[in-house]
Amino acid sequence: MKILVCISKTPDTTAKIAFTEGNTKLDENGIQWIINPYDEWYSLVRAIELKEKDPATTIHLVTVGNAEVEPIIRKALALGGDEAIRINVQSNDSFVVASQIAEVAKKGAYDLIFTGKETIDYNSASIGSMIAALLDLPFVSLANHFTIEGNTATIKREIEGGEETNEVILPVVVSCQKGMAEQRIPNMRGIMAARTKPLHVQEPIACNESTQVLDFELPPAKQGVKLVATDQMDELVRLLKEEAKVI
Amino acid sequence: MVLVYIDHEDQQIKTSSLEAMSYGAAVAKLLGVSAEALVLGTTQASIKDLGKQGATKVHHIAVDSLNMLDVKVNSTVIAHAATQLNASVVLFAHNINGKALAPAVAIKLKAGFVSGASSLPEIENGFKVTKTVFSGKAFAKINIATPIKVIAINQNCYGLHPIENVAEVVAMQSNIPAPSIKVTEVEKVKGELPLTEANIVVSGGRGLKGPENWGILLDLAKELGAATACSRPVSDSDWRPHHEHVGQTGLQIAPNLYIAIGISGAIQHLAGVNRSKTIVVINKDPEAPFFKAADYGIVGDAFEVVPALTAAIKKSRQSE
Ligand SMILES: Cc1cc2nc3c(=O)[nH]c(=O)nc-3n(C[C@H](O)[C@H](O)[C@H](O)COP(=O)(O)OP(=O)(O)OC[C@H]3O[C@@H](n4cnc5c(N)ncnc54)[C@H](O)[C@@H]3O)c2cc1C
Ligand SMILES: Nc1ncnc2c1ncn2[C@@H]1O[C@H](COP(=O)(O)O)[C@@H](O)[C@H]1O
Repeated sequence: MKILVCISKTPDTTAKIAFTEGNTKLDENGIQWIINPYDEWYSLVRAIELKEKDPATTIHLVTVGNAEVEPIIRKALALGGDEAIRINVQSNDSFVVASQIAEVAKKGAYDLIFTGKETIDYNSASIGSMIAALLDLPFVSLANHFTIEGNTATIKREIEGGEETNEVILPVVVSCQKGMAEQRIPNMRGIMAARTKPLHVQEPIACNESTQVLDFELPPAKQGVKLVATDQMDELVRLLKEEAKVI
Repeated sequence: MVLVYIDHEDQQIKTSSLEAMSYGAAVAKLLGVSAEALVLGTTQASIKDLGKQGATKVHHIAVDSLNMLDVKVNSTVIAHAATQLNASVVLFAHNINGKALAPAVAIKLKAGFVSGASSLPEIENGFKVTKTVFSGKAFAKINIATPIKVIAINQNCYGLHPIENVAEVVAMQSNIPAPSIKVTEVEKVKGELPLTEANIVVSGGRGLKGPENWGILLDLAKELGAATACSRPVSDSDWRPHHEHVGQTGLQIAPNLYIAIGISGAIQHLAGVNRSKTIVVINKDPEAPFFKAADYGIVGDAFEVVPALTAAIKKSRQSE
């Protein structure tokens, strides 16, 4: 079986978000870059577990971005995966990113394509669905459990207020979230091995951006907390009713 | 024409879709075109009432098999309907189904796509939509350059704006492609309000010390008709079910009221709840970071404060 795992880079979850150049660029000062948690903890680790069960499995990682993403993809390789492909283009347009990945997926004839549920920076939650549409494949979103038997995948996915089980014949695109696997920490052997694993850099296919980010804005600061004493719960109820108008 | 995809479940139209309809009516007004709805599948819900949120017509493809989500099938049906109806803007609620369907529909319509939209578009010199980024820590303004636009709007960011109006329901035919997935089981937590659709959410953290102490929180939630949530360590320790976990790596919610009990307010927790309209924090540590993100704060022991708050709400209900 061949699995393609999509890996993206995001600012660390504790990063303080600020912008520069007239609010058109993220201020990268002091920002630590990490593998998007959904890609690292859930989709990549689940793919590694599938390989551990069936050593005939091959895992390829794909990332769309410029050379700055290489430390991230090496870190992903240290966790597991056989080789990586970097498509050498930087874009915040989901259509461009999905088109590049779909091209890689088509050429590689993968049985399974994993993405994360969403990137924690742009929060688009769109790449998986787009890749599936571009390749005319089935798509299952927000998977929290995944098993495979022959050519059939059994996938549990989140629905509003519950869970649903889907059966799908491969190939399929799946977006992964909590529940798929447990977070792992790369070990020394993995880190050493990652240095020599192949990382292929490919040029992008021609593709026009359908959207452009114009600028950014920070949300207005909170007015400041209004403290209510512990014996003043009637007053709190009044404030919630009359001032905030939320109950 | 602005076409709004309407999501329904348990014989009801989802509130998030009513809101998308209302937003769609406003977008249509900006563009000087009509706002129409698209309903897939069968439901007892009175779909002509979508008129109250501004729909002039409701196109209904009443095929049972479309009640389940098969993204490959349903996105094809939606894209086909949008093309047939000549829609220039197709809208979705950014809820579970909308997140899965909208990007695929965008591909099929060769449309530019923005998800997580948080305000009405600006249509002078382009078509600009503001969306939340960095898990609610910022907004980005995006220009959509294509003739057709697909937008998924954040829940609870626009609200409902009802008017006196009844929509005309029009039956629509469609070729339904062969299914690509088989749904073998559906498990729903009975009687619970889905977190993402709730107006009020009461949430607990490690400060509650253990699952046996959740009674006071559940009582408060019941009194308020609220859904319940929790911080990540709470669901990681199995004190509460995983679907209650909110934050950067859990659910992102935006209720009108979020009450945080015994939660410190770590940045990753805030990322899931900072779009709530009003935040109340109950924490015994006056230095807890959550107070900086709160509208109302009570510095005190949850075990005393929460029952007192529940009693005060009960009392105010009785005097109404
Ligand atoms: C990559 C990453 C992703 C993460 N994602 C998430 C996420 O999605 N969601 C999430 O929640 N966390 C997430 N976390 C964890 C987060 O950093 C915090 O550790 C977590 O939110 C803390 O949970 P807590 O507030 O319940 O517990 P604590 O931080 O232990 O806080 C407990 C609070 O309860 C108060 N308290 C104690 N006793 C009482 C009492 N009797 N009455 C009132 N108050 C009391 C204390 O003063 C304290 O403020 C993530 C962390 C990382 C590194
Ligand atoms: N630049 C990228 N390169 C590779 N995979 C990506 C990229 N951007 C997003 N993805 C994948 O798509 C998922 C959803 O991202 P998004 O739709 O941008 O929220 C991520 O969790 C990744 O798995």
